[in-house]
Amino acid sequence: MDDNILEMRSITKTFPGVKALEDVSLTVRRGEVHAICGENGAGKSTLMKVLSGVYPAGSYDGEIVFDGDVCRFSGIRDSEHVGIAIIHQELALVPYLSIAENIFLGNERRGRGGLINWNKVNAEAGELLDSVGLDENPLIPVGQLGVGKQQLVEIAKALSKDVKLLILDEPTAALNDTDSAHLLGLLRTLQERGITSIIISHKLNEITAIADNVTIIRDGQTVETLSLHAGEVTQDRIIRGMVGRDLESYYPERESHPGAEVLRVEDWTVKHPTQDRLVVDHANLSVRAGEVVGIAGLMGAGRTELAMSIFGRSYGRDISGRVFMHGKEVRTRTVTEAIDNGIAYATEDRKKYGLNLIEDIRRNISAAGLGKLSRRGWVNSNEETKVAESSRKSMNIKAPSVSSIVGKLSGGNQQKVVLSKWLYTDPDVLILDEPTRGIDVGAKYEIYTIINDLVAAGKAVVVISSELPELLGTCDRVYTLSAGRITGEVPVREATQESLMALMTKERELAA
Amino acid sequence: MTRTVPPEAGQTPPNAEFTPKPAGQSGSGNMREFLRSNLRQSGIYIAFIAIVALFTFLTDGTLLSAGNVTNLVLQYSYILVLAIGMVIVIIAGHIDLSVGSVVALTGAVSAVLVIDRGLPWWAGVLAAIAVGLLVGAWHGFWVAYVGIPAFIVTLAGMLLFRGLTLQVLDNVSLSPFPAEYRDVASGFLNGLLGGYGYDTFTLVIGAVAVAGYAVSGWRSRAARTRYGQPVESLALFIVKVLAVGAVVMAFAWQLANARGLPIVLIILGVLAIAYGLITKNTVFGRQVYAIGGNLSAATLSGVKVKAVNFWIFVNMGFLSAVAGVIYSSRSNGAQPAAGEMFELDAIAAAFIGGAAVTGGVGTVVGAMVGGLIMAVMSNGMSLLGVDQSIQSVVKGLVLLLAVAFDVYNKRRAGASR
Repeated sequence: MDDNILEMRSITKTFPGVKALEDVSLTVRRGEVHAICGENGAGKSTLMKVLSGVYPAGSYDGEIVFDGDVCRFSGIRDSEHVGIAIIHQELALVPYLSIAENIFLGNERRGRGGLINWNKVNAEAGELLDSVGLDENPLIPVGQLGVGKQQLVEIAKALSKDVKLLILDEPTAALNDTDSAHLLGLLRTLQERGITSIIISHKLNEITAIADNVTIIRDGQTVETLSLHAGEVTQDRIIRGMVGRDLESYYPERESHPGAEVLRVEDWTVKHPTQDRLVVDHANLSVRAGEVVGIAGLMGAGRTELAMSIFGRSYGRDISGRVFMHGKEVRTRTVTEAIDNGIAYATEDRKKYGLNLIEDIRRNISAAGLGKLSRRGWVNSNEETKVAESSRKSMNIKAPSVSSIVGKLSGGNQQKVVLSKWLYTDPDVLILDEPTRGIDVGAKYEIYTIINDLVAAGKAVVVISSELPELLGTCDRVYTLSAGRITGEVPVREATQESLMALMTKERELAA
Repeated sequence: MTRTVPPEAGQTPPNAEFTPKPAGQSGSGNMREFLRSNLRQSGIYIAFIAIVALFTFLTDGTLLSAGNVTNLVLQYSYILVLAIGMVIVIIAGHIDLSVGSVVALTGAVSAVLVIDRGLPWWAGVLAAIAVGLLVGAWHGFWVAYVGIPAFIVTLAGMLLFRGLTLQVLDNVSLSPFPAEYRDVASGFLNGLLGGYGYDTFTLVIGAVAVAGYAVSGWRSRAARTRYGQPVESLALFIVKVLAVGAVVMAFAWQLANARGLPIVLIILGVLAIAYGLITKNTVFGRQVYAIGGNLSAATLSGVKVKAVNFWIFVNMGFLSAVAGVIYSSRSNGAQPAAGEMFELDAIAAAFIGGAAVTGGVGTVVGAMVGGLIMAVMSNGMSLLGVDQSIQSVVKGLVLLLAVAFDVYNKRRAGASR
């Protein structure tokens, strides 16, 4: 009865100045699918790093019992050796090597004389691919596969090591619905073969669909473990555990009073930078002052591409179409022109495209508005500090001072720095691309509040998001985008998740 | 993990360092806080002082003798000039391997005009600088507008401009320069205000420099106070001015007791101050750091990346030409092999001075101190009669350790996340 494959007991892990995990316990039964839920920064990834030996024994307090033995891993190799495999959010495959080479990377099957028998390896790889339901030639380079298939290769790689416990960190975050469904089905198949899985996910519908038990972590502590068998545990119930409060207050209230049109884009067409296809296809959209407009679309629909191409042609080639601000056509051929015309774009990937992580808060906030802070090319650094300081206060950026390095801030605070940067350029329209991606619920609420304040002050805001509830909770109007075309424009009071999803998949079905 | 607190905050009350203090208020912890918050930068100064002290001790004080201090300045001036340009290139995330060849080419052009054609000395200087600017524009064009990595462009430039140097000089050395030209690197301002066994003028310039430092420090302090920002206590400020003043005046005293104020030191001082201000206080300087820190973010913030990169290399060409003039002046002629390996000294100076290999980090002052560390080490070891081969080994190890220290520091900082 009490057949637990894994028990983590009273794990406490401290970083200088921060307690990341405090007395966390996790019990996983043999052969189950166990989900771990929690806000970003709750400590899920840290816990998995402790389990997989990334943080070696001795750097944390507590005990790990795997398969009946107390384990003290000093590195990933040790945990792999006993049969624990972890598949990270960012896939760790070498794009230029073949599927087979990737599967056996670091675990090469050496034959006679230390040479690799490639025929045997490729045949074995083929069998592993069959077992994960991937119908690909093991000789083709991994870089040619889509994300979903790469994920399957990662699982095949884990299987090649005789895995007993498979840990998947946000496996479906980058997958479309079909690939997600396939992956979750695969977990069931593996379960039948006796492989236990731990799945970390934000997608609660998937968790309720597949997991046997779910452990909720909040602020570095275990909140509870719920059994999903009885069918009584709803998604709302899980969220309550994660957040520690009910969902009603998730999106702040706002009265909407749209004014005159601020931004209008007509006939916007963008080609892929390297391939011969249209990424945005004759798109038309408009935003009014005091209005929040959403752009919904599945991955690859061209949401980010649309926004970035408008913002100084930062994406794509052969761009055609017209941009109007306040009814007058404007040039937005460079980022500077776009900024000067009152457009701001806060990227979906703030670490890669939004922030200088090694620089302090102050200089990140001033980065796009140095022109306002300088005379004849000389920067007034006192004024700069004053501006940053006032943003820090008004945005509630949690940092000891404006000279704190941005790379050390949490996701939510980093996002506030990005917003501060763009607000300082005093834009008329802000395009926010996935403004709450990777930040925790509390900070999300603050970001929504900031959006509300902006529109109350007469700005126009465009929100691009892959979370439909977020669009429904924040926007006045939503455009749906599918395969580069605008397939619908719906006032939010008439929209439901289902109706938006139908529009977002419209073109695909026509094309298929 | 939701609240990330910098590592040092664990030991002190989090806001202690950052709460604005009224001007003039002094605290016993003030000095320690100042040192700790500046440890990354002050590490290099401490290392410099330690190395100077070590070699002064080993050479029984010869290192800091009047004649040797003058020599140090003259010998390494062109490396320091190159280090200024190089650190800017490195902050932006590039590298320049061609500066040695450009030093040779600009010196050669100047020598041909002045020695061969008999043009006045200033025509040689202007021509050298024009050539340097052209070379910089060439590099800038390929790096910024064609998008070829600077490593490749300047590696090609290293070969290209070395070859052109040989062409210009027809494979032979040219010498000697007229006296005015030689004065750029070897001349002294001496006896302008008379003296009594020492040169008064040098001391006056030293005093003016210290006064300038104090006044500008005071004005920025006042400006910060006006904006309600924290400033160091008055006592600490005075101690700082007195310490800098003492070092500068001691240095000036040694120069005054030798041959007076070297002209090249004036050039160097002007360049150091100008570029220190440019990197720190201008839009251009900020954009250089932004590009090196995160190129994509800089682009999406409206930085005209191509133009900035272009001008970074034009500037490097300009400073290479200045170094070329100084070097040709010092060696009193132009040689086909002039300036070989200078790029490596300049790069080493920038890295020892705290620049990051990944870009985005570094200071002009740091690079100059890095260059001086190398200068003091080679000079000190030469005084001790250490073999050239051993000197090279030591310099290599110091460079490696300096960067290792930087990497270690970063890892320690990163571990807190």
